[in-house]
Formats: sequence, structure tokens, C-alpha cells
Amino acid sequence: MKAFEYERPVGVTEAVALARRAGSRFLGGGTNLVDLMKLGVETPDLLVDLTGLDLAEVLEQPDGALRIGATVRNSDLSANDAVRARYPVLSQALVAGASGQLRNMATVGGNMLQRTRCPYFQDVTKACNKRVPGSGCPARAGEHRNLAILGASEACIATSPSDFAVALAALDAGVTALTTEGEVSLTVSDFFRLPGDEPQRDTNLPPGALVTALTVPRLDWATRSAYRKVRDRASYAFALVSVAAAVDLDGDRVRDVRLALGGVAHAPWRATRAEEALRGGPATEEAFSAALRGELEAAEPLPHNGFKVDLAHNVAVRTLTELTGVPA
Amino acid sequence: MVRIQVTVDGQRCEDEVEPRLLLVHYLRERVGKVGTPVGCDTSNCGACTVQLDGRSVKSCAVLAVQADGSEVTTIEGLANGEWHPMQKAFKECHALQCGYCTPGMIMAAVDLLSNNPNPSEEEIRDGLEGNLCRCTGYHNIVKAVQMAAAEGGAR
Repeated sequence: MKAFEYERPVGVTEAVALARRAGSRFLGGGTNLVDLMKLGVETPDLLVDLTGLDLAEVLEQPDGALRIGATVRNSDLSANDAVRARYPVLSQALVAGASGQLRNMATVGGNMLQRTRCPYFQDVTKACNKRVPGSGCPARAGEHRNLAILGASEACIATSPSDFAVALAALDAGVTALTTEGEVSLTVSDFFRLPGDEPQRDTNLPPGALVTALTVPRLDWATRSAYRKVRDRASYAFALVSVAAAVDLDGDRVRDVRLALGGVAHAPWRATRAEEALRGGPATEEAFSAALRGELEAAEPLPHNGFKVDLAHNVAVRTLTELTGVPA
Repeated sequence: MVRIQVTVDGQRCEDEVEPRLLLVHYLRERVGKVGTPVGCDTSNCGACTVQLDGRSVKSCAVLAVQADGSEVTTIEGLANGEWHPMQKAFKECHALQCGYCTPGMIMAAVDLLSNNPNPSEEEIRDGLEGNLCRCTGYHNIVKAVQMAAAEGGAR
């Protein structure tokens, strides 16, 4: 691993000031960053360790929202009583990610900023437009079985690896960040971006910005929510496809619904078209299926990942039928 | 170099370390805790699992500087005059063959029982998802964790 300097600031202002130095990176739990440094994908000159900052609290806000400090550990948030009771989808998504040891170290802010596990991105001997802009993307003609089917570009077909972020997208969560210029707020949908011709940018976060908190708005009917993840083996793997869903039922009709897909795009894929199709309609398997087919019309699968289109449909339909108690 | 203070298995250590030194290398090469092996070195296999302030972590994915001010427990610090119930159960159930994964497996299993003192078989298998064993097929490992749980292994 390349040598680097290390600082442990005691306040967010100091942390953001340190991050102005060239080649600096914030260190949360390090569960992704340290791995990338071993691989030579990340070669920071300075690590700014956030461990000492006062950002590790989960606070209920007066408006019923939940404000989650950026350095809250994944395992603590997944076990949080308010999260488990009010947003099962969020707790389930956290537990679906990584393994116990990694969730004990990993911070929720770092979870949002983890990099894609595209094999070309992680291999410094290969070209990759995300790692070295302009170097090319061998994945389109190469190994892409687990890469994007929605919203990809000529430059990049990587997928976002986070389970947690998919649940946050479904819950309309927000991200708060601090720069030397002041505080910035983004919705999770605006935080993540599609690759376009700048795949080196995973997010729309301004340079040097420190994610300080995530805010999950009050959503009383999110008690009826779930996260379902499908992977090549039963545990400890990234999603081929995942689904975060919440449903507000009015008898046998869908009053409101939230649906986001993971493992299919460069960002958590909020299925807004399917949501619109379902809102006010019957809670039936046929309706769920039609809505998902509509959403997935935008899919542009490659030779080896076409199975993800049907898989995304099937996993989402199953999740919705289970949540609504529709007989299969 | 960065000065760190870490309590390892009850022993207070103060050392100057390079920021890039991994916790597992610090434990093995500077503190002499060679009971913790380096496995895959990619935070996959879990062989290097230790407890950092009472919670299991993969010490190959943690920088030694991140442990500054913390308490680390390795497999060598688990026995307290006599073997920990989890160590006894692993021996009793023959929950190992080559033994390479065992230190990490035991440390992860102890953490599992501290969160869930009476896990089902499925919860044990889920709870040990971050630890790979290429010999046993996990069968006796699950049995050992069940035995330790029955004997109050969450201590």
C-alpha cells in the first residue's frame, strides 16, 4: 500500500478544512477504502479519519423524520429500535449487506460513498473509464453478467453496490453534507447519478464535501416495507438484483407505493414509472407484473445480463405480493 | 509515523506506527499476537477476526491507527485461566480440520452470542456469513456454537 499521511480531526470544520488538501480522502470505517488502497485503486496522500467527530447519533426530529449521523455504524443502525419498527426496509437492507464484521466497522456515510465492485474498476491492470477517464470500458465486450441494465452509458456500465442506498431511495431520504462554503442538502435521488460521459463521478456531491447526516422523512406506512436481495449465493455477496418496497394499502387497492431497484444501474433505480402505474390501482399480481414490465421497458441488457430483466420483474412482483398479502 | 495507544488482550501498548500498517500486522508483528492469522487479506475470509471494543472486525481491513484508544481482544486473550466456553465447544465438537479459520471463527461466534445468546441454526449460519471454512462444511462449527450457547457462551 502506498504511504500516506493521517489526521484525526476533532470537529467537522477542521475535517472539511483538511479535506482541501490535494489527494485527501475521508476515512469512515475503511471497509471499502482500505481494500481499494490495497488494490492500488485508491492512492490517497492524506486520510482524514472521521472517528472522533460528533456524528454518531440517530435523532428523531420534531417533524417525525429520523436524522442519522454519518458515522453511525451499519450494525448499530440496523439494530436501532426506531429503524426496525418504522422502516423495516432500511434495517433489512443493512443486514443484507456485507457481513457482521464489516457492518460493525462500516459507517452509513461511507456506505453511501462505496465504489462499484465492477471487476474492471477494481483491477488496475485493466482499462476503466471510472478509474482512469478516457481509458475505455472493456466490460461491454467482456465480463458484464452482474453489470447495469438500466441507465448505463457507452462509457460505463457499472452498478452501485449499496443495499442501504436502495432502501433510502425508496424512502425519499436526504443527504446533508458540509463544504468550506457551507451546508448542502440533496435528495438521495439527486445524490447518486447515472454515469453519462463522466463515470468517474459516482455522486453529485461537491468536491471535498463531508457527508454529515442522512435524513429519512416520516412515512407512517413504511411499517409495511421490505428489502429483498437476490445474489449468486445465499449470503455475503453483492446483489444481482434487489428490491426495496413499501406499500400503503386501502382495502385491496394501492393507495401509495414506493419501489426502488438495486444491482441494475449506476444508482439506486427508483421505479417511478411503476409507482405511477400502481398508485390507485388494484393490489393484484397482474397489476404488479404489468407495472414492472412497464418500468423495465427502459432496460438495455447486454448479452450476458439479460436475465436481470426478468429477475428484477420477478423479485419485485414477489416482494409486492408478499407485502400486500396477495395470494400467489 | 503516528503514535497509538491500544490495549491488546489486557496489555497496554504504545507504539509509533506507519498509517498504512494494518491492524492484523500490528498485532502479529509488533505485539506478538500470532494467534490471529492473515487469511485472504481482502476482508473476505474472516480468519483475522478480532474484537475491537467488544465487536468483531476483520483486522486485515482495519488500519492500526483506527484502533488508537481502543481495546482489542484476540483469540489469545479469550481464555481466562481456563478456555472460553466457545473454545471448549470447538474442541468438543471437533469444529475444525486444518484450523486456519478457527481463531476468526471463534471470535465471530463469541460476538454472535453476545448479540443473540440463543440463536437458531439458521441464525448461526447467517451470523457467521463473514467467515469461510474450506474444510468442515460448517456442520460441526454450527454444532459447537449451539453447544457454547447452551453453556452460556455469551460471557
